[in-house]
Amino acid sequence: MILLVEDNLDHAEIVMRSFKNQQMEHPIVHMTDGETALDYLLRRGEYANPDKSPRPDLVLLDLRLPKVDGLEVLKEIKQTKELRGIPVVILTSSQAGNDVKMACEYHANSYVVKPLEFTKFTELMRDLGSYWLGYNVNSTDQGNSA
Amino acid sequence: MKGRALAILLVEDNGDHAEIIRRSFNSHQVANTIHHVTDGQAALDYLLRKGKYKDAKSSPRPDVILLDLRLPKVDGLEVLEKIKQTKELLRIPVVILTSSDADLDIARAYDFHANSYLVKPIDFRKFTDLMKDLGFYWLCWNVNPFVQGTPG
Repeated sequence: MILLVEDNLDHAEIVMRSFKNQQMEHPIVHMTDGETALDYLLRRGEYANPDKSPRPDLVLLDLRLPKVDGLEVLKEIKQTKELRGIPVVILTSSQAGNDVKMACEYHANSYVVKPLEFTKFTELMRDLGSYWLGYNVNSTDQGNSA
Repeated sequence: MKGRALAILLVEDNGDHAEIIRRSFNSHQVANTIHHVTDGQAALDYLLRKGKYKDAKSSPRPDVILLDLRLPKVDGLEVLEKIKQTKELLRIPVVILTSSDADLDIARAYDFHANSYLVKPIDFRKFTDLMKDLGFYWLCWNVNPFVQGTPG
């Protein structure tokens, strides 16, 4: 399952369509702001029940988000033992050097820029899916061990 | 997409694996150079530009590091820890490429902020496919953190 944190509904639509076109079906949970994403991941409020908030295998995270900014979400994920094993791929329109730098410093697993062209966008989603959900091994450490 | 050849640092003590990796990247569509070291100490010397790696031209900062875990002299996790604690190095993506699928190794790699963790396939064909896809992902899709204001 992929957690997509994206406030731009057109971009979210493209992401979801791109993944639908692939051979492997990856369920996508879509959040439109940083605060809800954190509630989900940290199992707070309406997401307190783990059955309602299964751990994603991959987080696609935009940077410019309402309520809580993407970098803050990233920081929180990477500082939380039960979450830091989940790959977080920054998926953004920004190519600003400083954004890339900060994302790396907060330990984003990867940083990719949204292509403008739809075909390229689908290729990116295909490669993202096959790399992070096919090849990459996530940690199953839920922070329960000592 | 990128004008210069990309630099890969391969930290691998198994000669056969290193050969497969080199050959896969030689036939890659993305121009690249592989710098290969066979132990953890040499990896750190390379990255910190010490000893025989003092010259930046012959030891360019890599665009991606492929790092095995079981290494002579300095262990892979220790190399990873050092990289991610060093200001000039922490932005370089580190892809763990290892035979180990032990939960503890995986957990510790992510604790030390490995960007990615891959288990080497036993099958030769699968291994080369992995190298092709890995190279394309990290050298083409992933944004190089040291290139400022890349044009669109």
